[in-house]
Amino acid sequence: MNDSFLLDGEDIPFTPGQTVMQAAAAAGKYIPHLCWHPDFAAHGSCKLCTVKIGGRFATSCTVRAAAGQEVENRTDELDAKRRTLLQLLFVEGNHFCPSCEKSGDCALQATAYEMGMLTPHFDHFYPDRPVDASHLEVLLEFNRCILCELCVRASRDVDGKNVFALAGRGTRSHLVVNSDTGRLADTDFAATDRAAAVCPVGVILKKRVGFAVPIGQRTYDRQPISASMGANDKAGAGIGEAG
Amino acid sequence: MRIETTNGAGGAPRKLKVATVSLAGCFGCHMSFLDIDERILPLLELIEFDRSPLTDIKHCGPCDIGLIEGGVCNAENVHVLREFRANCKVLIALGACAVNGGLPAQRNHLELADILQEVYRTGHGLAEGSRIPDDPELPLPLNQVHPVHEVVRIDYFLPGCPPSGDAIWAFLTQLIEGKAPRLAHGQLHYD
Repeated sequence: MNDSFLLDGEDIPFTPGQTVMQAAAAAGKYIPHLCWHPDFAAHGSCKLCTVKIGGRFATSCTVRAAAGQEVENRTDELDAKRRTLLQLLFVEGNHFCPSCEKSGDCALQATAYEMGMLTPHFDHFYPDRPVDASHLEVLLEFNRCILCELCVRASRDVDGKNVFALAGRGTRSHLVVNSDTGRLADTDFAATDRAAAVCPVGVILKKRVGFAVPIGQRTYDRQPISASMGANDKAGAGIGEAG
Repeated sequence: MRIETTNGAGGAPRKLKVATVSLAGCFGCHMSFLDIDERILPLLELIEFDRSPLTDIKHCGPCDIGLIEGGVCNAENVHVLREFRANCKVLIALGACAVNGGLPAQRNHLELADILQEVYRTGHGLAEGSRIPDDPELPLPLNQVHPVHEVVRIDYFLPGCPPSGDAIWAFLTQLIEGKAPRLAHGQLHYD
């Protein structure tokens, strides 16, 4: 028996130990996701990659692929739930795309386009989250944080610096910087760190290159995120940096 | 929501009444609407404008479609929005500010009193004796700027800052044809 499962009716091969997400990504199939990245341990927190396996909900980034699984992915039911998750993320932060230099390269925005999100639907929180512009090379724009912890994982597991962490609980959860002052300038963070290139949204921004690629010619201007699977999810790639 | 385009069964097609307004917006969405260029001529075969900056009609009568640009930042915006909701069968939030508050909502994390103080009393370059405007004709600002769906029920949302002329055209023509509007890749934008 071949090691394969069905993803929306299509045969997807896998090697033992791979998750459903890993196997789908290797086959070039798009399962919506925000907190998953091939280079890092699965986090399972954004829930965008929730699929139905044998009729039961499961996060595809944490569930091992198994022979004969029947996985539903891009169904109207699941995409509607994903749209709701995105709407919750949009109202929780201050996601003001017209002023964001990540616009067009942003995984949150592109995923919301893909899911056909036309309105945030819920009442906005409009939280007060001051930016940290203290670092000479990198700006932290906390208003856009979706708590995916990719920077936390990159800084801890790749850079070996532990610059970032999440603090607080529930709606008070927020990204913090590991220094006595809480400022990025007072850490050993560098613009060459992996954590500087991994943010899927517009929180960690290299200064002075924001509009090097004009709006309209960016990653998800050229093709929807569903067609970018593989390009942006290659190992080693920064999000939104695919050629 | 389907729009009835005939006068009862078998009747001749009638023109749809469309009203438009800019609340806490910059009229950019209206300018983008005009970017449908010469397509406004076939559109005018299908619609006629009621209250709109294009007609200068001051109050909205019974309409088929209402297009709302801008969020809700003051008391007058609330009244106008409610007038539109009461009169329009289908109400559309047009553009980023109507959909999520947009640029004006970037003041929402600040105290309104502090903003007024800084702008009119303590900021740079103010004339001697400057004070916060209090003419009774001026609508009172709200503490926060709200997307229109937080104030009235909205039937459709067309995001973008502004939505492109092509997106507005595609959206309106599909709606007038009685279809649920769908935007292709490249037409759906938040910026």
